[in-house]
Amino acid sequence: MSVLPAAPPAGSADRFSPAAEVALLVRRIGAMCLVELQKLRHDRTELVTRTVQPALWLAVFGTTFSRIHAIPTGSIPYLDFLAPGILAQSALFIAIFYGIQVIWERDAGVLAKLLVTPTPRAALVTAKAFAAGIRALVQALVVVVIALLLGVGFTANPLKLLAAAAVVVLGSAFFCCFSITLAGVVLSRDRLMGIGQAITMPLFFASNALYPVDVMPTWLQWVNHVNPLSYEVDALRGLLIGTPARLGVDAVVLVVAAAAMIVIASALLPRLARG
Amino acid sequence: MTASESGPVVTRGLRYAFGEHVAVDGLDLALAPGEVFGLLGPNGAGKTTTIRVITTLLPAPPGTVTVAGLDVARNQRRVRRLLGYVPQQLSADASLSGRENVALFARLFDVPRSDRSDAVAGVLDAMGLTEAADRTASTYSGGMIRRLELAQALVSAPQVLVLDEPTVGLDPVARSGVWDRIHEVRHETGMTVLVTTHAMEEAELHCDRVALLHRGRKRAEGSPAELMAALGDEATLDDVFRHHTGDTLTPGSPAEEGGLRSVRAARRTARRVG
Ligand SMILES: Nc1ncnc2c1ncn2[C@@H]1O[C@H](COP(=O)(O)OP(=O)(O)OP(=O)(O)O)[C@@H](O)[C@H]1O
Ligand SMILES: [Mg+2]
Repeated sequence: MSVLPAAPPAGSADRFSPAAEVALLVRRIGAMCLVELQKLRHDRTELVTRTVQPALWLAVFGTTFSRIHAIPTGSIPYLDFLAPGILAQSALFIAIFYGIQVIWERDAGVLAKLLVTPTPRAALVTAKAFAAGIRALVQALVVVVIALLLGVGFTANPLKLLAAAAVVVLGSAFFCCFSITLAGVVLSRDRLMGIGQAITMPLFFASNALYPVDVMPTWLQWVNHVNPLSYEVDALRGLLIGTPARLGVDAVVLVVAAAAMIVIASALLPRLARG
Repeated sequence: MTASESGPVVTRGLRYAFGEHVAVDGLDLALAPGEVFGLLGPNGAGKTTTIRVITTLLPAPPGTVTVAGLDVARNQRRVRRLLGYVPQQLSADASLSGRENVALFARLFDVPRSDRSDAVAGVLDAMGLTEAADRTASTYSGGMIRRLELAQALVSAPQVLVLDEPTVGLDPVARSGVWDRIHEVRHETGMTVLVTTHAMEEAELHCDRVALLHRGRKRAEGSPAELMAALGDEATLDDVFRHHTGDTLTPGSPAEEGGLRSVRAARRTARRVG
């Protein structure tokens, strides 16, 4: 029989100083992110299978539409125009799964067990957002390689590449928390799957991922304005292939949207656990 | 505050309703330091609901539940620090190794970095999982997963260990494996254990005191020996259970009271135990 650990340092009161509160939040986010990375390490096959779909979009849809010149993208080849859109799309499809994962964790008791630790809800949600971002980045890397093989002229500027990576993480964080929020509203996996399917495709088609905004009908342009995916695509396009983009606006919208969604999803997490 | 209110777990007139449905109805419990307290009752009796209130997962009105003298309504985070919790479902993360599963909880409870790997190795060893520690939990048997979950709950050296049907779906050897570990740790640390079960023979063997719940109400309380003696010389704890819950609600008929929800939960657990 081995020696068990001594009691941890005496727990402090529920209300800590703001500095201690932030330090705790950061520590917990670190712990949860680490565990998400460990999980990724253990299921690498999934990372690979998930890249099939974006590869098909680029190789089949992209090359075909480039040849028939159906979509006016000015001086840039359609494939170049499309590649950042597919990057954002693949990140979206990964992130939108996280709500289902959280419901699964609820059903399996994992969520309850985590909630009975001294861990702020925001740390649990932020770690999920981070994990979605990392997954999306791994996939983005593969999409970039495929795009390069197909002759897309991406930038080689390391700073722009880094900024693009940050944009992918922010976009994924937003959609991951959006999905967790939906989970907290509908509470059941079946309903979330239905809603997820009903929402993802419209989000994708009502964005500038496949075609430029000016070819859209007016009402769709409006939808496009409130669709964070469009800001993500706009930023990625500006950074990766150098189209004119409103990078400042994109960055602000993505940061604010992701932060707001983390707060909303965290607030709904206890409701999800109760359901 | 009276002495009993500063006990490890105290509930006073605890009531919890899901909408119209009253799951726990006026429950008084007072656990003594260091004891193994069993919450018994048929499916749907309100055992899990009681535990979810005590562990801060469901809200309790102020003044109804205290853990180590702290009102759970006002001191959620401090209470969580004192608890180790193993839910009814098998909840270890199958895609992580045993060691990673436990290390996560060491971090979430602020076990200092310098002690962490020793603490993790220590509880894994105490649960008999040293050899399997670096395999992913997906390769574990049901009994090993339960012991892994115990390791997760124990790595923070909790004052109160809360176990919701820790041995459901386990074979007899795995069951006694789990109980042996619980008793070892309890002897060593003096922690209090709150456990739910419908296995009467387990309650008789392992609990110092039990409370019998039926439809959210406490029907009987005492040591297994006391409860059996009260019913007659020949009585078993099974008879006590039948006596207080009615013959129609034997522990073997899950569909009666708990409804589809409990049956599903039981099936899910059984499936995960494999
Ligand atoms: N989330 C919920 N929503 C609605 N009703 C619930 C919920 N959880 C439990 N109930 C109901 O509350 C009652 C008590 O349930 P509880 O899970 O506490 O029983 P239990 O004693 O743990 O049963 P079991 O032995 O099946 O685990 C049951 O009638 C159950 O159907
Ligand atoms: Mg239960």
